[in-house]
Amino acid sequence: MKVAISSNGDTLQSNVDQRFARCPYYIIYDTDSGSFEAVNNESSMAGGGAGIQAAQRISDMGIGAVISGNIGPNAFRVLSAASIKIYSGATGIIKDIIEKFKKGEYKQTSSPDVDSHFGMGRGN
Amino acid sequence: MIISIASGKGGTGKTMVAVNLALSLSNIQLVDCDVEEPNCHIFIKPDIENRSTVSIPVPEVNRDKCNGCGRCQEVCAYNAIAVVKKEVIIFSELCHGCGSCSYFCPLKAIDEKNKEIGIIETGRKNNIRFVHGKLNVGMMMSPPVIREVKKCIDKEKTVIIDSPPGTSCPVITTIKDTNFVILVTEPTPFGLNDLSLAVEVVRKLGIPSGVIINRSDLGNEKIDQYCAREGIPILMRIPFDRKIAEIYSNGDTIVRSLPEYKSKFGDLYKKIEKIINDKKTK
Repeated sequence: MKVAISSNGDTLQSNVDQRFARCPYYIIYDTDSGSFEAVNNESSMAGGGAGIQAAQRISDMGIGAVISGNIGPNAFRVLSAASIKIYSGATGIIKDIIEKFKKGEYKQTSSPDVDSHFGMGRGN
Repeated sequence: MIISIASGKGGTGKTMVAVNLALSLSNIQLVDCDVEEPNCHIFIKPDIENRSTVSIPVPEVNRDKCNGCGRCQEVCAYNAIAVVKKEVIIFSELCHGCGSCSYFCPLKAIDEKNKEIGIIETGRKNNIRFVHGKLNVGMMMSPPVIREVKKCIDKEKTVIIDSPPGTSCPVITTIKDTNFVILVTEPTPFGLNDLSLAVEVVRKLGIPSGVIINRSDLGNEKIDQYCAREGIPILMRIPFDRKIAEIYSNGDTIVRSLPEYKSKFGDLYKKIEKIINDKKTK
Protein backbone atom coordinates (compact mmCIF):
# COMPACT_ATOMS: atom_id res chain seq x y z
CA MET A 1 0.00 0.00 0.00
CA LYS A 2 1.15 3.52 -0.79
CA VAL A 3 0.97 6.04 2.05
CA ALA A 4 1.10 9.79 1.43
CA ILE A 5 2.48 11.97 4.23
CA SER A 6 2.15 15.75 4.05
CA SER A 7 5.67 17.12 4.35
CA ASN A 8 7.46 20.44 4.52
CA GLY A 9 10.45 19.02 2.61
CA ASP A 10 11.37 16.30 0.13
CA THR A 11 13.40 13.95 2.36
CA LEU A 12 12.67 11.48 5.14
CA GLN A 13 14.28 13.96 7.55
CA SER A 14 11.63 16.58 6.74
CA ASN A 15 8.90 17.41 9.20
CA VAL A 16 5.31 16.39 8.67
CA ASP A 17 3.34 19.43 7.51
CA GLN A 18 0.34 20.25 9.68
CA ARG A 19 -1.68 21.19 6.57
CA PHE A 20 -2.90 18.32 4.44
CA ALA A 21 -3.81 20.29 1.32
CA ARG A 22 -1.39 23.20 1.40
CA CYS A 23 1.82 21.37 2.30
CA PRO A 24 4.64 21.82 -0.25
CA TYR A 25 5.39 18.09 -0.68
CA TYR A 26 3.98 14.64 -0.15
CA ILE A 27 6.31 11.83 0.78
CA ILE A 28 4.82 8.74 -0.85
CA TYR A 29 5.99 5.67 1.04
CA ASP A 30 5.38 2.17 -0.28
CA THR A 31 4.87 -0.24 2.63
CA ASP A 32 5.43 -3.26 0.38
CA SER A 33 8.80 -2.27 -1.10
CA GLY A 34 9.94 0.12 1.65
CA SER A 35 10.80 2.73 -1.00
CA PHE A 36 9.71 6.35 -1.04
CA GLU A 37 9.43 9.30 -3.38
CA ALA A 38 8.71 13.00 -2.83
CA VAL A 39 6.14 14.69 -5.04
CA ASN A 40 5.37 18.37 -5.32
CA ASN A 41 1.93 19.34 -4.11
CA GLU A 42 0.48 21.38 -6.95
CA SER A 43 -2.51 22.32 -4.79
CA SER A 44 -0.44 24.17 -2.20
CA MET A 45 -1.10 27.54 -3.83
CA ALA A 46 -4.62 26.86 -5.14
CA GLY A 47 -6.90 29.88 -4.98
CA GLY A 48 -9.67 27.84 -3.43
CA GLY A 49 -10.69 24.23 -3.08
CA ALA A 50 -7.13 23.11 -2.27
CA GLY A 51 -8.39 20.26 -0.09
CA ILE A 52 -10.63 18.91 -2.83
CA GLN A 53 -7.94 19.15 -5.48
CA ALA A 54 -5.24 17.63 -3.26
CA ALA A 55 -7.50 14.74 -2.27
CA GLN A 56 -8.38 14.17 -5.92
CA ARG A 57 -4.68 13.92 -6.85
CA ILE A 58 -3.95 11.61 -3.93
CA SER A 59 -6.81 9.42 -5.08
CA ASP A 60 -5.60 9.48 -8.70
CA MET A 61 -2.13 8.35 -7.52
CA GLY A 62 -3.63 5.18 -6.08
CA ILE A 63 -2.74 6.06 -2.49
CA GLY A 64 -4.24 3.84 0.22
CA ALA A 65 -3.67 6.02 3.29
CA VAL A 66 -2.74 9.59 4.17
CA ILE A 67 -0.97 10.87 7.26
CA SER A 68 -1.01 14.56 8.14
CA GLY A 69 -1.24 17.03 10.98
CA ASN A 70 -4.76 18.13 10.19
CA ILE A 71 -7.39 17.34 7.58
CA GLY A 72 -10.17 19.74 6.62
CA PRO A 73 -13.79 18.82 5.86
CA ASN A 74 -13.68 18.96 2.05
CA ALA A 75 -10.53 16.86 1.75
CA PHE A 76 -11.98 14.48 4.31
CA ARG A 77 -15.13 13.99 2.25
CA VAL A 78 -13.20 13.21 -0.95
CA LEU A 79 -10.66 10.94 0.73
CA SER A 80 -13.43 9.06 2.49
CA ALA A 81 -15.37 8.60 -0.75
CA ALA A 82 -12.19 7.20 -2.27
CA SER A 83 -11.88 4.78 0.68
CA ILE A 84 -8.48 6.21 1.56
CA LYS A 85 -7.57 5.72 5.21
CA ILE A 86 -6.93 8.96 7.08
CA TYR A 87 -4.52 9.41 9.97
CA SER A 88 -4.24 12.92 11.38
CA GLY A 89 -2.53 14.43 14.39
CA ALA A 90 0.95 13.37 13.31
CA THR A 91 3.97 15.38 14.46
CA GLY A 92 7.73 15.08 14.00
CA ILE A 93 9.94 13.88 11.18
CA ILE A 94 8.71 11.70 8.33
CA LYS A 95 11.14 8.84 9.06
CA ASP A 96 9.81 8.40 12.62
CA ILE A 97 6.22 8.71 11.44
CA ILE A 98 6.72 5.88 8.94
CA GLU A 99 8.14 3.68 11.72
CA LYS A 100 5.23 4.48 14.02
CA PHE A 101 2.77 3.84 11.22
CA LYS A 102 4.31 0.45 10.47
CA LYS A 103 3.99 -0.48 14.14
CA GLY A 104 0.29 0.44 14.02
CA GLU A 105 0.64 3.30 16.48
CA TYR A 106 -1.72 5.63 14.63
CA LYS A 107 -5.47 5.41 14.92
CA GLN A 108 -7.66 6.11 11.93
CA THR A 109 -9.40 9.50 12.04
CA SER A 110 -13.15 9.42 11.77
CA SER A 111 -13.91 13.11 11.23
CA PRO A 112 -12.22 16.27 9.95
CA ASP A 113 -10.23 17.97 12.71
CA VAL A 114 -10.01 21.51 11.36
CA ASP A 115 -12.36 23.85 9.50
CA SER A 116 -11.98 24.89 5.89
CA HIS A 117 -9.16 27.41 5.29
CA PHE A 118 -7.07 26.12 8.22
CA GLY A 119 -4.09 25.76 5.88
CA MET A 120 -4.28 29.35 4.66
CA GLY A 121 -2.44 30.61 7.71
CA ARG A 122 -5.05 33.10 8.79
CA GLY A 123 -5.49 31.54 12.17
CA ASN A 124 -9.00 30.29 11.55
CA MET B 1 -21.91 59.89 -12.74
CA ILE B 2 -20.98 56.76 -10.82
CA ILE B 3 -18.50 57.12 -7.96
CA SER B 4 -17.25 54.02 -6.18
CA ILE B 5 -15.61 54.07 -2.78
CA ALA B 6 -12.93 51.46 -2.21
CA SER B 7 -9.93 51.09 0.08
CA GLY B 8 -7.60 48.12 -0.08
CA LYS B 9 -7.46 47.95 3.70
CA GLY B 10 -10.70 47.34 5.57
CA GLY B 11 -11.96 49.59 8.34
CA THR B 12 -10.60 52.81 6.85
CA GLY B 13 -13.97 54.53 6.52
CA LYS B 14 -15.52 53.63 3.14
CA THR B 15 -19.06 53.38 4.47
CA MET B 16 -18.67 56.60 6.44
CA VAL B 17 -17.57 58.44 3.30
CA ALA B 18 -20.26 56.83 1.10
CA VAL B 19 -23.11 57.61 3.49
CA ASN B 20 -22.03 61.17 4.29
CA LEU B 21 -21.32 62.00 0.65
CA ALA B 22 -24.76 60.68 -0.29
CA LEU B 23 -26.41 62.85 2.38
CA SER B 24 -24.56 65.95 1.19
CA LEU B 25 -25.78 65.85 -2.42
CA SER B 26 -29.09 65.75 -4.25
CA ASN B 27 -30.54 63.29 -6.78
CA ILE B 28 -28.59 60.40 -5.24
CA GLN B 29 -28.68 56.66 -5.49
CA LEU B 30 -26.64 54.96 -2.77
CA VAL B 31 -25.55 51.44 -3.74
CA ASP B 32 -24.01 49.14 -1.14
CA CYS B 33 -21.96 46.46 -2.93
CA ASP B 34 -20.27 45.21 0.25
CA VAL B 35 -22.66 42.28 0.13
CA GLU B 36 -20.78 40.21 2.71
CA GLU B 37 -21.41 42.79 5.39
CA PRO B 38 -23.49 45.69 4.07
CA ASN B 39 -23.60 48.56 6.53
CA CYS B 40 -24.96 51.62 4.72
CA HIS B 41 -28.54 50.78 5.71
CA ILE B 42 -27.63 51.10 9.40
CA PHE B 43 -26.95 54.81 8.84
CA ILE B 44 -29.48 55.58 6.08
CA LYS B 45 -32.33 53.51 7.60
CA PRO B 46 -34.12 53.16 4.27
CA ASP B 47 -37.68 51.93 3.82
CA ILE B 48 -37.26 48.74 1.79
CA GLU B 49 -39.79 48.55 -1.04
CA ASN B 50 -38.56 45.60 -3.03
CA ARG B 51 -36.80 42.35 -2.27
CA SER B 52 -35.59 39.76 -4.80
CA THR B 53 -33.35 36.71 -4.63
CA VAL B 54 -30.08 36.03 -6.47
CA SER B 55 -29.27 32.54 -7.67
CA ILE B 56 -26.41 30.86 -9.51
CA PRO B 57 -26.68 27.69 -11.59
CA VAL B 58 -24.95 24.79 -9.84
CA PRO B 59 -24.43 21.33 -11.33
CA GLU B 60 -26.54 18.31 -10.51
CA VAL B 61 -25.39 14.95 -11.81
CA ASN B 62 -27.81 12.55 -13.40
CA ARG B 63 -26.43 9.29 -12.05
CA ASP B 64 -28.17 7.19 -14.70
CA LYS B 65 -26.25 8.94 -17.46
CA CYS B 66 -22.89 9.59 -15.71
CA ASN B 67 -20.08 7.09 -16.28
CA GLY B 68 -17.63 8.82 -13.91
CA CYS B 69 -15.21 9.85 -16.67
CA GLY B 70 -13.97 12.83 -14.64
CA ARG B 71 -14.16 15.42 -17.42
CA CYS B 72 -16.23 17.77 -15.20
CA GLN B 73 -13.55 17.62 -12.53
CA GLU B 74 -10.81 18.44 -15.07
CA VAL B 75 -12.57 21.50 -16.46
CA CYS B 76 -13.73 22.98 -13.14
CA ALA B 77 -11.48 26.00 -12.56
CA TYR B 78 -12.60 26.35 -8.96
CA ASN B 79 -11.89 22.85 -7.63
CA ALA B 80 -15.57 22.47 -6.86
CA ILE B 81 -15.80 18.92 -8.22
CA ALA B 82 -14.02 15.70 -7.28
CA VAL B 83 -14.51 12.37 -9.04
CA VAL B 84 -13.37 9.32 -7.12
CA LYS B 85 -14.36 5.72 -7.77
CA LYS B 86 -16.50 6.98 -10.69
CA GLU B 87 -18.54 8.98 -8.22
CA VAL B 88 -18.95 12.75 -8.77
CA ILE B 89 -18.81 14.85 -5.60
CA ILE B 90 -19.93 18.45 -5.99
CA PHE B 91 -18.99 21.20 -3.56
CA SER B 92 -21.62 23.71 -4.55
CA GLU B 93 -20.35 26.35 -2.12
CA LEU B 94 -17.20 26.62 -4.26
CA CYS B 95 -19.13 26.68 -7.56
CA HIS B 96 -19.03 29.96 -9.49
CA GLY B 97 -21.87 28.89 -11.77
CA CYS B 98 -19.69 29.13 -14.88
CA GLY B 99 -21.37 26.14 -16.54
CA SER B 100 -18.16 24.51 -17.83
CA CYS B 101 -18.94 21.12 -16.29
CA SER B 102 -22.29 20.73 -18.00
CA TYR B 103 -20.94 22.16 -21.26
CA PHE B 104 -18.04 19.72 -21.45
CA CYS B 105 -19.80 16.61 -20.08
CA PRO B 106 -19.58 14.14 -22.99
CA LEU B 107 -22.73 12.31 -21.87
CA LYS B 108 -24.74 15.43 -21.05
CA ALA B 109 -25.22 14.00 -17.60
CA ILE B 110 -25.06 17.35 -15.77
CA ASP B 111 -28.10 19.55 -15.31
CA GLU B 112 -27.94 22.96 -13.76
CA LYS B 113 -30.27 23.95 -11.00
CA ASN B 114 -30.54 27.33 -9.38
CA LYS B 115 -29.12 27.79 -5.94
CA GLU B 116 -30.08 30.89 -4.01
CA ILE B 117 -27.00 32.73 -2.78
CA GLY B 118 -28.31 36.10 -1.68
CA ILE B 119 -30.91 38.85 -1.87
CA ILE B 120 -31.22 42.34 -3.29
CA GLU B 121 -33.20 45.02 -1.48
CA THR B 122 -34.18 48.37 -2.90
CA GLY B 123 -35.86 51.26 -1.17
CA ARG B 124 -35.55 54.91 -0.32
CA LYS B 125 -35.03 57.39 2.45
CA ASN B 126 -36.21 60.93 1.80
CA ASN B 127 -34.61 61.79 -1.55
CA ILE B 128 -32.03 59.02 -1.52
CA ARG B 129 -32.65 55.92 -3.59
CA PHE B 130 -31.11 52.91 -1.92
CA VAL B 131 -29.94 49.47 -3.13
CA HIS B 132 -27.94 46.80 -1.41
CA GLY B 133 -27.23 43.10 -1.66
CA LYS B 134 -26.84 40.55 1.07
CA LEU B 135 -24.89 37.36 0.49
CA ASN B 136 -26.46 34.44 2.33
CA VAL B 137 -24.53 33.20 5.36
CA GLY B 138 -22.11 30.42 4.41
CA MET B 139 -21.92 31.42 0.73
CA MET B 140 -18.55 32.35 -0.68
CA MET B 141 -19.36 33.83 -4.09
CA SER B 142 -20.15 37.49 -3.73
CA PRO B 143 -19.59 38.69 -7.36
CA PRO B 144 -22.90 37.29 -8.70
CA VAL B 145 -24.76 39.20 -5.96
CA ILE B 146 -22.72 42.35 -6.64
CA ARG B 147 -23.52 42.12 -10.37
CA GLU B 148 -27.24 41.94 -9.56
CA VAL B 149 -26.95 44.94 -7.23
CA LYS B 150 -25.26 46.89 -10.03
CA LYS B 151 -28.07 46.05 -12.45
CA CYS B 152 -30.25 48.32 -10.27
CA ILE B 153 -28.03 51.34 -10.97
CA ASP B 154 -30.03 54.35 -12.16
CA LYS B 155 -27.76 56.35 -14.47
CA GLU B 156 -30.06 59.38 -14.26
CA LYS B 157 -28.85 59.85 -10.73
CA THR B 158 -25.50 60.53 -9.10
CA VAL B 159 -24.61 57.02 -8.01
CA ILE B 160 -22.44 56.38 -4.96
CA ILE B 161 -21.22 52.83 -4.53
CA ASP B 162 -19.80 51.47 -1.29
CA SER B 163 -17.29 48.74 -2.21
CA PRO B 164 -16.10 45.76 -0.20
CA PRO B 165 -12.51 46.05 1.10
CA GLY B 166 -9.52 44.41 -0.56
CA THR B 167 -8.36 44.17 -4.14
CA SER B 168 -9.83 40.86 -5.32
CA CYS B 169 -12.84 39.81 -7.45
CA PRO B 170 -15.59 41.43 -5.32
CA VAL B 171 -13.81 44.79 -5.46
CA ILE B 172 -13.12 44.59 -9.19
CA THR B 173 -16.73 43.58 -9.88
CA THR B 174 -17.83 46.59 -7.85
CA ILE B 175 -15.59 49.34 -9.21
CA LYS B 176 -15.38 48.42 -12.88
CA ASP B 177 -17.48 50.59 -15.19
CA THR B 178 -17.62 53.35 -12.58
CA ASN B 179 -16.41 56.86 -13.47
CA PHE B 180 -14.27 57.52 -10.41
CA VAL B 181 -12.86 55.60 -7.45
CA ILE B 182 -12.38 57.25 -4.08
CA LEU B 183 -9.71 55.33 -2.17
CA VAL B 184 -10.11 55.76 1.57
CA THR B 185 -6.99 55.09 3.60
CA GLU B 186 -5.35 55.86 6.92
CA PRO B 187 -1.79 57.02 7.66
CA THR B 188 -0.48 53.67 8.89
CA PRO B 189 1.90 51.16 7.28
CA PHE B 190 -1.06 48.83 6.57
CA GLY B 191 -3.03 51.73 5.15
CA LEU B 192 -0.20 52.64 2.80
CA ASN B 193 0.55 49.08 1.72
CA ASP B 194 -3.07 48.29 0.88
CA LEU B 195 -3.59 51.70 -0.75
CA SER B 196 -0.72 51.02 -3.12
CA LEU B 197 -2.29 47.65 -4.06
CA ALA B 198 -5.65 49.35 -4.68
CA VAL B 199 -3.96 52.01 -6.82
CA GLU B 200 -2.50 49.25 -8.99
CA VAL B 201 -5.99 47.81 -9.48
CA VAL B 202 -7.68 51.10 -10.44
CA ARG B 203 -4.83 51.90 -12.82
CA LYS B 204 -5.18 48.56 -14.53
CA LEU B 205 -8.91 49.19 -14.89
CA GLY B 206 -8.18 52.68 -16.21
CA ILE B 207 -10.44 54.46 -13.71
CA PRO B 208 -9.47 57.91 -12.39
CA SER B 209 -9.04 57.95 -8.63
CA GLY B 210 -8.25 60.11 -5.63
CA VAL B 211 -7.48 59.52 -1.97
CA ILE B 212 -9.23 60.42 1.27
CA ILE B 213 -7.03 60.16 4.34
CA ASN B 214 -9.12 59.25 7.36
CA ARG B 215 -7.78 59.76 10.90
CA SER B 216 -5.40 62.02 9.01
CA ASP B 217 -3.66 63.52 12.04
CA LEU B 218 -2.39 60.16 13.27
CA GLY B 219 0.56 58.16 11.98
CA ASN B 220 3.10 59.56 9.58
CA GLU B 221 3.50 61.48 6.33
CA LYS B 222 4.09 58.46 4.14
CA ILE B 223 0.66 58.50 2.50
CA ASP B 224 1.21 62.12 1.46
CA GLN B 225 4.65 61.28 0.10
CA TYR B 226 3.31 58.28 -1.77
CA CYS B 227 0.44 60.25 -3.34
CA ALA B 228 2.78 63.08 -4.37
CA ARG B 229 5.20 60.61 -5.93
CA GLU B 230 2.45 58.76 -7.79
CA GLY B 231 0.54 61.88 -8.81
CA ILE B 232 -2.65 60.86 -6.97
CA PRO B 233 -4.79 63.75 -5.71
CA ILE B 234 -5.65 63.87 -2.00
CA LEU B 235 -9.29 64.88 -2.04
CA MET B 236 -10.06 65.20 1.65
CA ARG B 237 -8.67 64.70 5.12
CA ILE B 238 -10.85 63.59 8.00
CA PRO B 239 -9.18 64.07 11.40
CA PHE B 240 -9.12 61.54 14.21
CA ASP B 241 -11.89 63.04 16.29
CA ARG B 242 -13.57 61.38 19.23
CA LYS B 243 -16.81 63.16 18.29
CA ILE B 244 -16.85 61.51 14.88
CA ALA B 245 -16.19 58.12 16.44
CA GLU B 246 -19.06 58.59 18.89
CA ILE B 247 -21.46 59.74 16.18
CA TYR B 248 -20.56 56.77 14.02
CA SER B 249 -20.84 54.28 16.88
CA ASN B 250 -24.37 55.53 17.55
CA GLY B 251 -25.36 54.78 13.96
CA ASP B 252 -25.63 58.47 13.21
CA THR B 253 -23.97 60.43 10.42
CA ILE B 254 -21.34 63.14 10.55
CA VAL B 255 -23.23 65.56 8.30
CA ARG B 256 -26.32 65.39 10.51
CA SER B 257 -24.41 65.91 13.78
CA LEU B 258 -21.58 68.16 12.54
CA PRO B 259 -23.26 70.23 9.79
CA GLU B 260 -19.97 71.88 8.72
CA TYR B 261 -19.10 68.57 7.10
CA LYS B 262 -21.90 68.90 4.60
CA SER B 263 -19.98 71.54 2.65
CA LYS B 264 -16.76 69.51 3.00
CA PHE B 265 -18.43 66.53 1.34
CA GLY B 266 -19.99 68.90 -1.20
CA ASP B 267 -16.48 70.16 -2.02
CA LEU B 268 -15.30 66.58 -2.35
CA TYR B 269 -17.91 66.00 -5.03
CA LYS B 270 -16.91 69.19 -6.86
CA LYS B 271 -13.27 68.10 -6.90
CA ILE B 272 -14.23 64.74 -8.38
CA GLU B 273 -16.44 66.39 -10.98
CA LYS B 274 -13.56 68.66 -11.96
CA ILE B 275 -11.10 65.76 -12.30
CA ILE B 276 -13.53 63.88 -14.53
CA ASN B 277 -14.31 66.96 -16.65
CA ASP B 278 -10.61 67.81 -17.02
CA LYS B 279 -9.98 64.25 -18.22
CA LYS B 280 -12.78 64.59 -20.77
CA THR B 281 -11.46 67.84 -22.24
CA LYS B 282 -7.92 66.47 -22.53
